[in-house]
Amino acid sequence: MQITVTVNGTTHTSDIEPRVLLADYLRRILGLTGTHMGCDTTSCGVCTVLLDGKPVKSCTVFAVQADGRAVTTVEGLKQDGSLSAVQRGFKQEHGLQCGFCTPAMMLVATALLEGNPDPNEDEIRWAISGNLCRCTGYMNIVKAIKWAANERKTAEALPGQRTVSLAEAEETQEVTA
Amino acid sequence: MYPAGFDYQAPTTIEETLTVLAERGEDVKVLAGGQSLIPLMKLRFAQPSMLVDINRLPGLDFIDASNGYLRIGALVRHNDVVASDVVRRTNHTVAHAAPWVSDPLVRNLGTVCGSLAHADPQGDWASVMLACGAEVVARKSSGERVIPMTEFITGVFTTQLAPDELVTEVRIPKYTGPSGGTYLKLERKVGDYATVGVATHLTLRPDGRVVQAGIALTAVGPTNIKAVEAERSLIGAEPGEAVWAEAGRLAALAADPRDDVRGSADYKRHVVDVFTQRGLATAAELAAAN
Repeated sequence: MQITVTVNGTTHTSDIEPRVLLADYLRRILGLTGTHMGCDTTSCGVCTVLLDGKPVKSCTVFAVQADGRAVTTVEGLKQDGSLSAVQRGFKQEHGLQCGFCTPAMMLVATALLEGNPDPNEDEIRWAISGNLCRCTGYMNIVKAIKWAANERKTAEALPGQRTVSLAEAEETQEVTA
Repeated sequence: MYPAGFDYQAPTTIEETLTVLAERGEDVKVLAGGQSLIPLMKLRFAQPSMLVDINRLPGLDFIDASNGYLRIGALVRHNDVVASDVVRRTNHTVAHAAPWVSDPLVRNLGTVCGSLAHADPQGDWASVMLACGAEVVARKSSGERVIPMTEFITGVFTTQLAPDELVTEVRIPKYTGPSGGTYLKLERKVGDYATVGVATHLTLRPDGRVVQAGIALTAVGPTNIKAVEAERSLIGAEPGEAVWAEAGRLAALAADPRDDVRGSADYKRHVVDVFTQRGLATAAELAAAN
């Protein structure tokens, strides 16, 4: 059947079988392979996408259910061509090791900060409790999300200015050099 | 993993939904949150020839406490309950249980009524509804009926629902005195099924004695178990440790657990005892504070 889904702001119309999972629709039909497939049994959460802004496990949603709705994947997180605060947080705080759970963790973090811009550590841990990191790198994931929350607060206080950390500034210099 | 092929319809009116259910009968499954149904279909434990997706039906996402009941509509997600002030004000047992259902992502899609209709003995909501004296409202083309929760679930993954019926809401009568309740759940990790879950509810008389008591158990039998003897032991009693201990003992006797990877039967029965006592003590405190 025909469905129309807005993925990362772009509208796609596709003819698919009802049994196609949203995760496979994104990966195989739209080629957005940033959404990963892990357990395929609603346990690990690496297939997380935002469906109308809420994080869901896309291995447990049929693509037909997303008809007429908006989906955000990791490919849609960057803003105006640069990494979002959450993405930069994961880089700054080494919030990833193998990277397999990272797209999902960043989407959950993005949704969390939209609803709760200043979460405490318990709230962060609670928010990511449906997502497994197979490297068990949770400490830095939590730090990364805290970093992003602070970054967003600073950005709000100083509109138009993006704060650049020392490490980032040094890196930029290296690249320029 | 892919489910077997199926036809799909997403009606926009309840009437249309009921017509499809009546026409396709046993072959059709209702898709609400899908967080239990889709995994079952992927594993091919369920192979319906058709899914009727009710997510586009208007007016089923209500949480309402205005007319003598706390009413939860068929499209209320677990996380809607977590966030609901109405629930927090009206029913402690429901409010306590909601954050313990599965994990935050599943809670964004899964529904309370869907969980009840799925009738997994390890499901949390059925215990909550048994303890709280809830009723399920089911509709078909020819009319509506109200099914007491005590009669709704008839076996493992089995309910009284006819193939042409749709659950439209679950409702809990409002209590007539100061009330309190809890849901205690032991789980190995977030998102796992309960090792043991215990739902409690108490309503007190003006003199502080118990006038209404509810206790129901998760994951310790072929269905959720209403611990009737334990409930009965509380009626007319003055809240206190000895009373809780007796109710805990009787609840443990009502449990029918099995040894499995989550623990031995003896261990689970012990947890039922302890959780019942703790749950009732907290329920009484909450009621007294009301």
